[in-house]
Amino acid sequence: MAKQLMKGNEAIGEAAIQAGCRYFFGYPITPQNEVPEYMSRRLPEVGGVFLQAESEVAAINMVYGAAGAGDRVMTSSSSPGISLKQEGISYIAGSELPCLIINIIRGGPGLGGIQPAQSDYFQATKGGGHGDYHLFVFAPASVQEMVDLIMESFDIADYYRNPVMILGDGTLGQMMEPVEFKAPKKRDLPPKDWATTGCAGRERNVINSLSLVAENLEKHNHKLQEKYRHMKENEQRWELYKTDDAELVLVAYGTTARIVKSVVNKLRDQGIKAGLLRPITIFPFPEKAFALLPDTVKAFLAVEMSAGQMVEDVRLAVDGKCPVHFCGRTGGIIPAPAEIIKVATEIMGGERK
Amino acid sequence: MKLVFERPSALTDKQTHYCPGCTHGIIHRLVAEAIDELGVREKAIGVASVGCSVLAYEYFNCDMQQAAHGRAPAVATGIKRVHPDKVVFTYQGDGDLASIGMAEIVHAAARGEKITVIFVNNTIYGMTGGQMAPTSLVGQKTTTSPYGRQPDHCGYPIRMSELLSTVQGAVSVARVSVHDVPNIIKAKKAIKKAFETQLSGAGFSIVEVLSTCPTNWGKTPLEALKWLEENMIPYYPLGEYRTPEEVK
Amino acid sequence: MPKVEFERERCKGCELCVSVCPTKIIFMDEKINQKGYKVATVQEMDKCIGCAMCARMCPDTVIKVYK
Repeated sequence: MAKQLMKGNEAIGEAAIQAGCRYFFGYPITPQNEVPEYMSRRLPEVGGVFLQAESEVAAINMVYGAAGAGDRVMTSSSSPGISLKQEGISYIAGSELPCLIINIIRGGPGLGGIQPAQSDYFQATKGGGHGDYHLFVFAPASVQEMVDLIMESFDIADYYRNPVMILGDGTLGQMMEPVEFKAPKKRDLPPKDWATTGCAGRERNVINSLSLVAENLEKHNHKLQEKYRHMKENEQRWELYKTDDAELVLVAYGTTARIVKSVVNKLRDQGIKAGLLRPITIFPFPEKAFALLPDTVKAFLAVEMSAGQMVEDVRLAVDGKCPVHFCGRTGGIIPAPAEIIKVATEIMGGERK
Repeated sequence: MKLVFERPSALTDKQTHYCPGCTHGIIHRLVAEAIDELGVREKAIGVASVGCSVLAYEYFNCDMQQAAHGRAPAVATGIKRVHPDKVVFTYQGDGDLASIGMAEIVHAAARGEKITVIFVNNTIYGMTGGQMAPTSLVGQKTTTSPYGRQPDHCGYPIRMSELLSTVQGAVSVARVSVHDVPNIIKAKKAIKKAFETQLSGAGFSIVEVLSTCPTNWGKTPLEALKWLEENMIPYYPLGEYRTPEEVK
Repeated sequence: MPKVEFERERCKGCELCVSVCPTKIIFMDEKINQKGYKVATVQEMDKCIGCAMCARMCPDTVIKVYK
């Protein structure tokens, strides 16, 4: 399929359909409205079902039902709506159901704003719902990358029987970029013989996360933790940009990472050897990338559209080897290169107090 | 001599955890008998809610899903949209359906989801130890209305069948009871009819079944049946509130 | 000749069956079951008319009816 100019939110819908998703349950919320709107037009064309639920709470539970029934299903929302879905997401993870959840983040907390932000990082990676579970979380930095990751997400969800989340932001959802839809490399996926399809010819299946006997629930938790260990072992993804001789490594993901690339170039023009480490998966967090960095690195600077959340994972990964600084903007404001350069220069000019 | 009455095959042989005399057990059997008589056990997918019947997935001998509290109609919607040819039902209590799950049940009905809802109304939260429910009667003492439910403080009990009968998509709405054998027989007919409504594709069906809670009402099983008859039925009149024939 | 069979270990001693038996032949056996409940029992099986009222009223599918 040739490249076409598409709005991020609509590209999300098309990518999901190309990946075989046939069910979408959602609810209106800016800035992701074009996803349900697009799906309401396209899904009927491919024999799928689009349904606008009465709330995000209902929507995520419809996803639970459809995933438990054995088909590819997704939902999309933005920050406040994703908060409403947290209980359902915990149930989906607990019942080991595959699905895709899109979060086009907007400024928070509370009703917040509708401009882009990254302030749902903790919610996405540290488990916004109850219990020891994790979402597999991608953080695309372009519409094309978002499309590629979505097309892979359904295989990953089925492979791990786990929900996958795409952490976008208002810009990724609203901007238009050229995209093409390429099939991802195939994973061999087990049949969904656990799904509730009617028990003709087999033992009955039960989709459930209730386990009142503590020993059984612990056994179940060990199984889930093994799944997350496997993800950490095999699924970490990142991009390194000009880090071979870097003394200052900036760490940023999504839209912010694009800005930081131009910051790196400008810093290098000023003689500061800067580089970018861009997480693509934020769960599993790309700790392995840090081990690849040269010994020339003296400091890190995490840059986020939040008050600083991913910075904590950076500190964990750096593990005290050198200082980790943070700069960012909140409220939906996108950090400008100049202000990042100012902070970076101070860091390298002298130790920041 | 022939075996004329036994446990329906749509029930597993697991003994239920329900309290002695709790009529949940009767309602489970009626649902299973309807499924057996319609021959749809292998096509049935049930959704257990949260409350005393949270363990229903261990009792119904067909594919089951466990829903979060109040969300069974949404889970059932997801299932039915994926498998329109299957028989999808939910089994919910009054706390689950008429309190936290009110939006889900009203909108599932409004959408005319082709699912069957078995709504067990015992005017109380049983599993959690006897708290007031949206269906608790005026003056009814519970652990959270210790002086008896006072309308000026926390409103009147909700009549779900009447409420849902105003919703266009709800083509089959009936309220029945299981406090004596004649009513048990009528309840079974209504439950079977609700499943037939689904099978015919006419739309959303719900049966509200008045039920007892001896433990949390503080009564013996027999006293509970009497209390139901004398107190619940006057406020929750039995009958068909919407039938597919009217809709045609 | 109609008869009923009670699965002793399933009975919870709720006595609903006792209240609906038209020939009043069901009584609660003093010998308790493993769960500790007195068990509904019939001795005068010859008086059973196989109406299944008891079985319909039973919440725990304890009773089989033959006719």
